[in-house]
Amino acid sequence: MDFTLSTEQLDLRAGLTALLADHSTPERVRAAEPLGFDPALWAVLGEFGFPQLASSREGAPAGLAELVIAAQAAGACLASAPLVETVVATRLLDRLGRTDSADLVTFSPRPAVAGVARTVPWAAVADRVLAWDGGRIVASRIGHDADCPKQTMSGLAIGHVDLTGATVLASGPEAAALFDEALADWRVLTAAGLVGIGAAGLRLGVEYAKTRHQFGQPIGSFQALAHQLADAATLVDGAELLVLEAAWAGDTGSTRRHGLAAMAFAFAVRAAGQAADRSLHAHGGYGYTMEYDIQLYFRRAKALGLLGSGAGAATDAVVTLALADTDEGRR
Amino acid sequence: MDFEPSEAQRRFRTEVRQFLAELPPATSAAVHDSGTLHSWSVHRAMAERGWLAAAWPADQGGQGRDPFEMATLNEEFARAGIPIEGWLIAELVAKTLQIVGTEQQRREVIPAILSGEILMCLGYSEPDSGSDVAAARTRAIRDGDEWVIEGQKMFTTMAHEATYVFLLARTNPDVSKHRGLTMFLVPLDAEGVEVRPVHTLGGERTNATFYERVRVPDSARVGEVDGGWDVMMVALAFERQPAAAGHLLHLVDRAIAWARTPGADGHAPIERPEVRACLARAYTDLEVSRLMGYRMTWLTARDVLPHTEGSLAKLFSSEALMRAASSFVDILGADGLLAGHGTEAPADGWIEHEFRHSVVTTIYAGTSEIQRGIIAERHLGLPRAQARRAST
Repeated sequence: MDFTLSTEQLDLRAGLTALLADHSTPERVRAAEPLGFDPALWAVLGEFGFPQLASSREGAPAGLAELVIAAQAAGACLASAPLVETVVATRLLDRLGRTDSADLVTFSPRPAVAGVARTVPWAAVADRVLAWDGGRIVASRIGHDADCPKQTMSGLAIGHVDLTGATVLASGPEAAALFDEALADWRVLTAAGLVGIGAAGLRLGVEYAKTRHQFGQPIGSFQALAHQLADAATLVDGAELLVLEAAWAGDTGSTRRHGLAAMAFAFAVRAAGQAADRSLHAHGGYGYTMEYDIQLYFRRAKALGLLGSGAGAATDAVVTLALADTDEGRR
Repeated sequence: MDFEPSEAQRRFRTEVRQFLAELPPATSAAVHDSGTLHSWSVHRAMAERGWLAAAWPADQGGQGRDPFEMATLNEEFARAGIPIEGWLIAELVAKTLQIVGTEQQRREVIPAILSGEILMCLGYSEPDSGSDVAAARTRAIRDGDEWVIEGQKMFTTMAHEATYVFLLARTNPDVSKHRGLTMFLVPLDAEGVEVRPVHTLGGERTNATFYERVRVPDSARVGEVDGGWDVMMVALAFERQPAAAGHLLHLVDRAIAWARTPGADGHAPIERPEVRACLARAYTDLEVSRLMGYRMTWLTARDVLPHTEGSLAKLFSSEALMRAASSFVDILGADGLLAGHGTEAPADGWIEHEFRHSVVTTIYAGTSEIQRGIIAERHLGLPRAQARRAST
């Protein structure tokens, strides 16, 4: 067992963090709202190599171990760009042996109902959507009709997509297995984004608590407040470890990968939610104002959890893993 | 990044499981019911296998096993519900003596521990000092070549089985509280020592120990005079292992077995959504607890003392254990109040048992509040808390 991050992981983190510090500032995040998409940022990320670096067509693709580092860095500065969903779509197309001419292909983490994929992240700006529709993996037609809600909790360019005229990419049991892989990818990468959100959101609260004085003391010296931040930090730390393990399991083809992806998602939803919530609370009344950045983290943490149907959605995959581990004697 | 157990770890796991499978089936319940979380028969069987010294180098009679193999040993015993508290405490004292003990202590005490002849207990807490352990008032006063010890210790678990107490005493009341302490190895059969049982919510017996004009030679001193705090820091680093992760593993295994067994209505509890939700959460918390524990093991294997990582692991796993035990017992409904092993209680009584026992894991070896304080200060860089600043 080895928790050391590779040079690739560390380089990616450093490179992307520096890039995002310039191109995904809180001002830019605010300016991209309410839609939540920043075309200039997306262009910069495209030059950096997203999402093609996840494709085997460009030589050895980046694995989940690297992609989670990228997703975490993007989450930490609330990047208004479809990094996670386009990477998931790229990996899915790759497994299908397909390439896609469309520029921006997004992924629906929930199945379509009655031929409509609802609340799909980035559907409002995507050329195509990959979705699970009645036992098939489909790609919406280029320039699909998207019905885009005008108001959402936290951008993410949400759209409802009518899958009429969509291309069937796979069907039958093979399609189900491929969709499960893609969903696991989405859960791990979204969990990584949530870890970034949780850690960065928590940092805002910690910095505030160090400088804000009440009763002649920095409020961070009050245990009632410090201990809540410590609890949230503990969850974020655990979520980060779980994301790394789930990414490793995905890359190595471990039979535990789907269960670990589900765990990572559910746990990261809890961790980021608690970190953003407690950090906002540490800001007192200022945390409730739109002026302070913590509200951006608070909204995004909750919205990402909802996209995957909340922390409870992954229960079945976790129970399946628990029972399988038990039957295999648990290593 | 690699989350696969090593080949050595896998081999050792098989060996340990074999050993545990060969124990009489009632061992777990019998050891717990005795109230003393130590079994001399298991201890001697471990000694025969050389496991009491498994982590020690070959020239000290050990097996040179790496920290991951040792973590595996602990995990498998915990999973089987075989308590080895006696060994764990004795071993941490042995490890501490190896670093700070005198030549004579290393030569006489360590081999006796590693061969399984003697056990140790920890004499830190007192009736009036728990978390604020440096406020200890038990006195040790020098008298020629001897020290005279006078005072009382609390929660001296294993004192009724142990040969020595690793005792923190005040040797200088005139300096700041951390600077006036000295550590001693006090024989429990010395004249003036009295051990009285204290019974606990979780069914374990601990002790209060009393010291009335107990005389020990200066050779019983561990570390420098007034250097007891430094000695304790070494010992604490060995103690802050997330034992709760092992209990959680045991609890989850027992709960899964219960959940898969059809009830009177012919349905297995695992079919119920609330049981699945509870199990999923506990299982996820278990995975996180194990990862945090493995990270500590990994740091130890690289000769790094885990500090904040230890606090994160200890806080998370103990709180998760309590939460899981409480949720599982809730799911049992009124049957959850049935108790005892080998009775009609669901899950052979282990859920009810862990509901009571888990409480202590958030208290001993640094309470959750102590861990949160460490995380707030050292991990998050928050300013030192008021209460502590006022007292130092």
